[in-house]
Parts: sequence; C-alpha cells; structure tokens
Amino acid sequence: MKDFWRKATTLLRVQYAYMVEYRAELLLWALSGSLPLILLGVWTQAAQRGQLGLSSLDFARYFLSVFIVRQLTVIWVVWEFEQQVVQGKLSPRLLLPIDPVWEHVASHVAERLARLPFIVGLAALFFVLYPGAFWIPSLGKFLLFLLVVASTFVLRFLMQYTFALFSFWTERASAIEEVWMIPYLFLSGLIAPLEVFPPLVREIALWLPFPYLVHFPASILVGLPVDVGRGLLVMLGWGGVFLVLNRWLWKKGLKQYSGMGA
Amino acid sequence: MPRWSRYFEVLKLFWSTALAAELEYRANFVLASISSSGNLLGSIFGLFLFYQKGNTFQGWTWEEAFLVLGVFTLLEGFSNTFLGPNLNKIVQHVQQGTLDFVLLKPISSQFWLSTRTLSPWGLPDLLFGLGMIGYAGGRLGLGVGDYLAGLVPLSFGLAILYSLWFILGATSIWFVKIYNVTEVLRGLLEAGRYPMAAYPAAYRFFFTFVVPVAFLTTVPAEVFLGRSQLLLLLEAGGLAGGLLLFAHRFWSFALRYYTSASS
Repeated sequence: MKDFWRKATTLLRVQYAYMVEYRAELLLWALSGSLPLILLGVWTQAAQRGQLGLSSLDFARYFLSVFIVRQLTVIWVVWEFEQQVVQGKLSPRLLLPIDPVWEHVASHVAERLARLPFIVGLAALFFVLYPGAFWIPSLGKFLLFLLVVASTFVLRFLMQYTFALFSFWTERASAIEEVWMIPYLFLSGLIAPLEVFPPLVREIALWLPFPYLVHFPASILVGLPVDVGRGLLVMLGWGGVFLVLNRWLWKKGLKQYSGMGA
Repeated sequence: MPRWSRYFEVLKLFWSTALAAELEYRANFVLASISSSGNLLGSIFGLFLFYQKGNTFQGWTWEEAFLVLGVFTLLEGFSNTFLGPNLNKIVQHVQQGTLDFVLLKPISSQFWLSTRTLSPWGLPDLLFGLGMIGYAGGRLGLGVGDYLAGLVPLSFGLAILYSLWFILGATSIWFVKIYNVTEVLRGLLEAGRYPMAAYPAAYRFFFTFVVPVAFLTTVPAEVFLGRSQLLLLLEAGGLAGGLLLFAHRFWSFALRYYTSASS
C-alpha cells in the first residue's frame, strides 16, 4: 500500500511539473472550449422570447456548468497512445513494472490540477459579467457533483483508452474517436440541455452514455431535476462494457504488437 | 513568363501532388464522409431545437436560418480543405526549423505556406454546404442574381477567415508552440452557425468588432436574401482588404524576428 502511494505521488508530481511548464498553452486549451459560452448567448436570448420550459437564468447557469464539466473531463489519451504505438515509444514503457496506462492517468489528473486556477478564474469572470446568474449549490449537491464528474472523467477516459487500443491494428485510431465525438457533441447536452429535446430523442439518448458525460453532472450542479440512481447505473453499465472490452483488446493487442517485431 | 502565371503553374503542381499523396488513403474518405454527414445531421438538429414550438430567431425564418447554416458549412469545408492543412503547419515549420527551406525558395513564402497542400477530406463539407444553400435558396425562391450577389460578401468572408488564421499562425515566430491559438479561433468561429440576431447585444458587438464572425456567415446570407445594407457590405470589403494587407505586412515584420534553428 505504501509502495502504491509512493508510486502514485511520484507519477503525479512529475506530470504536474511538466504541465505547469506549458501554462500559456493550458490557458489556450481552456479558451478553445468556448462553445458552451457561445451557446449560452443564443439560448438565453431564445428563452427570453419563447416558452422553452427553462428561464434564461437557468440556461446561463446550465451552460456555465457545461463549461466547467467539459474543462474537468477533457481527455486526449488516444492521440498520445497512437503516437507511442506508431513511433514505437511504447516498447520501453512495457518494460517498466507498471501498466503504461497509469502514466496517462497521472498526466490527465495532473493537468486538471494545473488547469484548476484557470477554471476558477474564468468562472469568477463570468459572474462579474453576469452577476444575476450567481448561485451556490448546496453542500450535498456539490459533493454529489464531485462524485459524478469524477465518474464522468473515468468513463470518458475508459472509452477513449479503449479506442486508443485499436492503434495496435490501425494507424489512425484517433479517427474512431473523432467519429465517436459527433454523437457526443449533439446528444450529450452540450449544444442544448436535454430538457428542450423532443421526448423521443431524449428517451433514446438517456440509454446511451453521452448525456452522462455533460448533461448529467451539469444538471446536478445547477440543481435541475435528474434521476440520480438511474444515471449512476447507466454509467456503471457502460463503464463495465468498456472495461471488459478494454482489457480484452489490451491482451490481444500486446500479442499483435510483439508480433510486429517490437 | 509573367510572374502570376509562374505562381499558377506552381499552384497546379502543389495541388496535384497533394491530391496524389492523399488519395493513397482512400479509406479516410469514407471516414471523412461519415463525420461530415454526422456533423450535418447534428447541426440541423441543433437548429431545429431553436425552431420548435413556433420559436424563431428575431427576423429569421427557418429557411433563412438554414441558409446561414449552409454558409457556415461551406466555410468549414473551405477551411478543412485549404486553410487547416496549410496554416496549422506554420507552427511545425518554426518549431522544427524547416521554415529555413521555405524562405530559400524563389517564390513568396506566404504563398508557399498558404497553398502548399490541400486536403480533399473537406470536400464533403463543401458539397453539403452548397447543397444546403441550394435547398434553402430554392424554398426561398432565390434567383441567379441573388446567388451572384452573395458571392461577393462570401469571398470577403473567405479572405477575412484566411487572414485571421494566417496572422495567428505567423505569431508562432515568437511563441513557437501555439498550435492551440488556431483552435481558439475555430472555437469562436462556431458562433457563425446562427445569424447574429440570435445573440444578445454584447455578443453581437464582440462577434462584429472583436472577432468578425458576423461578416463570415450572417452578412453573406443577408446579401443572398437581398436585404443587404450597402454600408455593411462596404465594411466587409474594407475589412477583408485591410486584413489581407495587414497579414502580408505582419508576415514580413514577423520574419525579421525569425532566427532559424541553427543560428
């Protein structure tokens, strides 16, 4: 156990130092996730005219939460893993007495720590510009949000890492992720809260993993009504599917990889 | 041989070799088509969400808003085909010192960097964009004259987009690793999906005067619809010309600060 903590903190410290080196880049990445803030403009404007079931204040809070959720759950493992496989950089890592996945996990977690000040800063700026939208979630809701957003992070990482494993067979595993991003973009609640979806589309979406990657955690933070139990179960279900697939592909892939003479 | 015809010859060579190289990966085309169609469906779904239950963007019918989305898709195809593959590489050239080789060539380095390659994978978006404009235009009864008139602000829009992208790429001379600046630009351009009337006043100001997204999609769409204001059109033209000129000046200015990898 002691050994585990030592390994974990060392990995994190190294990755954190690396991340802080590129602070300017981190800020730019944070800014490139500005889509929710653009949509916030359109939806608050739309809510002032029509009956959408949500007020423009709800929309403002919702999209700020979406922005935060997205910042906390950005994943890029498929692009790094693909590079490592294609350029053969995976080989030395396989010799280490630790599964190479942990290096990626550590770099993602460390980046989140380095990014946190930007997120807080941007949220503060938002409330200065938009003081009417300020709200404080209850402690219970906030803790639940932390739990859910952590699960979202895990689920997204797991899914993308599973796609990454296809690098053993194809040179462009990231293309799979790019195609996967399309339903994510439109069904996750990123472009609009699920409340304004047509009922049928919403029902279908709720069985897929996508809404739990954006809409679910964001709604909890804002305090919109969601079925927490069902949400966690669906996440767990998809997580299980991807975990099994992931471990199977990893085993198969390693054989394939050494078969390439590496 | 006059100068411009030499550039034309070079361009033909650039693009035919780029095409030949890319066509080795034909499976990519299937993937590109799948993503483009998915994106198209999603965009239309997104717009549909605003137009449920009789809601509209102020002063824009469904078909008119659809036209804006068509122009947006067209621009996306344009940037995926021509801008992205070239201008995102400026950063790489600076980082790896290969910009030296570009500077040694007997043609304008800006021309070389802007046109060296093209990616046919943006083609589906270009076609979808044209299709959407044609569909919405048909429903709205637009004539040939309207389309021709719309081409003018559309080309201004392309020039503005190119210039902004190139200027940002050129800043890599100082900052080296700024791949993400163009991502920020791409993120902001997403605002062009909807007519400017859909946004609150502060947003409209920002997207007209700070990041001129309004001139990329809304103004061309308005000209298509025959409700252009001459003043806005002149502004778009002025902005396009000004930015093109600025991009060119900025590049020669930036080059003075370029110290190659070895020196």
